[in-house]
Amino acid sequence: MPEISLHDEHGAAQQAAAPAAPLNVTAWSPGEDVIEVRRTPAPGPTRSVWRSFVETARGLKTTFSRIIEGPSTIQYPEEKVPVYPRFRGRHKLHRFEDTNLEKCVGCSLCAAACPADCIRVVAAENTPENRVSAGERYAAVYEINLSRCIFCGYCEVACPFDAITMGHDYELSDYSRADLIFTKEMLLAEPLERAPLRNEGE
Amino acid sequence: MLALVGYYEPWWIQIIKGIVIFAVALQLVPVVLIAERKLLGRMQGRYGPNRVGPYGALQPLADILKLLTKEQSRPATSVGFLFAVAPLISILTAVAAFAIIPFGDTQDIFGTKVGLYGIDVSIGPLYLFAFGAVAFYGIMLGGWSSGSKYSFLGAMRGAAQLISYEVSQGLALVGVIITAQTLSLTGIVHAQGGMWYIIPQFFGFLVFLVASFAETNRAPFDLIEADAELVGGYNTEFGGGRFASYYFAEYLNVLVVSGIVTTIFLGGWLLPFGIHPPGWVDPIVVLFKMSLITFLFIWVRATLPRLRYDQLMSFGWKVLLPLATLNTLVTAILVVATH
Repeated sequence: MPEISLHDEHGAAQQAAAPAAPLNVTAWSPGEDVIEVRRTPAPGPTRSVWRSFVETARGLKTTFSRIIEGPSTIQYPEEKVPVYPRFRGRHKLHRFEDTNLEKCVGCSLCAAACPADCIRVVAAENTPENRVSAGERYAAVYEINLSRCIFCGYCEVACPFDAITMGHDYELSDYSRADLIFTKEMLLAEPLERAPLRNEGE
Repeated sequence: MLALVGYYEPWWIQIIKGIVIFAVALQLVPVVLIAERKLLGRMQGRYGPNRVGPYGALQPLADILKLLTKEQSRPATSVGFLFAVAPLISILTAVAAFAIIPFGDTQDIFGTKVGLYGIDVSIGPLYLFAFGAVAFYGIMLGGWSSGSKYSFLGAMRGAAQLISYEVSQGLALVGVIITAQTLSLTGIVHAQGGMWYIIPQFFGFLVFLVASFAETNRAPFDLIEADAELVGGYNTEFGGGRFASYYFAEYLNVLVVSGIVTTIFLGGWLLPFGIHPPGWVDPIVVLFKMSLITFLFIWVRATLPRLRYDQLMSFGWKVLLPLATLNTLVTAILVVATH
């Protein structure tokens, strides 16, 4: 006899024929948070008339009150919702304010922490004539592929020198994918900050 | 018929009137269009179109230009001639029905007596229903000749719905006609000098209004279009100028119904409290009253969800028709008893 699959007719008949196992199941009782919705019986004539007039009028009142309330649309390109200080937008690289040296020492911890694998760091040695960062080494190449970035902020957490932080820019669309690979110069440059900032508690 | 009108209009006045009616209709439809989109937006907590022109006022112009520059296409299964003619029927009947709405009393303009309406037919409402009945063909032929199942279903729904509701719509007016003792629309307006018919004929007004929602295929009776289940109903396969014609006809029908409600129940160009303004105010009064009814149309569209088909039918036959009949009967008895 060939193998019997579960949905085979013969198999189903066999299962039905098997003696029923003793059921050890208690009746399911809804918790306190379950609301039971009861269907009312069909309304009578008086109730129908009431419903058709009063309930319709109630609906009309609701829609009319929306006019008085005014629209809640935010006219996006002109108006923007302010972002919170902790909003994770486009990355920024930082310099020391006094010495103007880059904070990034090219350790690649951010690249290691990145789950989307979108950061590429190539480190180089600082020399006395060409001192770029405060540490021994600096990032000769620092690229973030923003088309891959998921804005999780792990790079920011991983960075031991607070060299990379998440900024507030979120308008990052572009016409080609190549344009979304941000280089070190672009990340170091003062961002446009087109998004208004919301103060804490606002 | 000329004898009944009571004055003679030269042929050139008739031609000018025809042109003016078409021009007014063409101007009013975009206004209703933008008003509807704006109001729907406001009622849904948004702005509505506000990008084209100041406050989005040029949006209908942009829409119409877009539609008219589109390619005319039709499905391979369609019936070519009817497919082209059907939108024309819709638009033609809508404009023809617009001709009987009186915008004012007979005026003296440069020594000629001119009625501010296309024609004052002595059969007023019957003319309206006649053209309303022909207007069904625009929808039915359009849906059927498209050769698509959605269009066909929409057209079939339309046939059943329009026929059912036309009965109640017609009966709702009978009460008014009995009271006014005339079929002429200007006559009906003159008969409302004492009291607008919305008060003595309140049930007739309600039935007529609800039936008119169904007759103009507006929400909550827009089963003919029913975007959710029929894609677009009878106009699924139409695009470009033909679709624009259907759209135009739909909004013009709303205007026609507003005009008829204004004329028959809201006293036409008459103002309450015995105010008698000069003649040139009449069209403004009529347009104001029409805009109120049109607002009601838009308001209801924003509020009520579409009915199920069996609900539509049982409502039409079991509620509206008995109400309209009862209204007619009671009116008839009262009129006979008081005379």
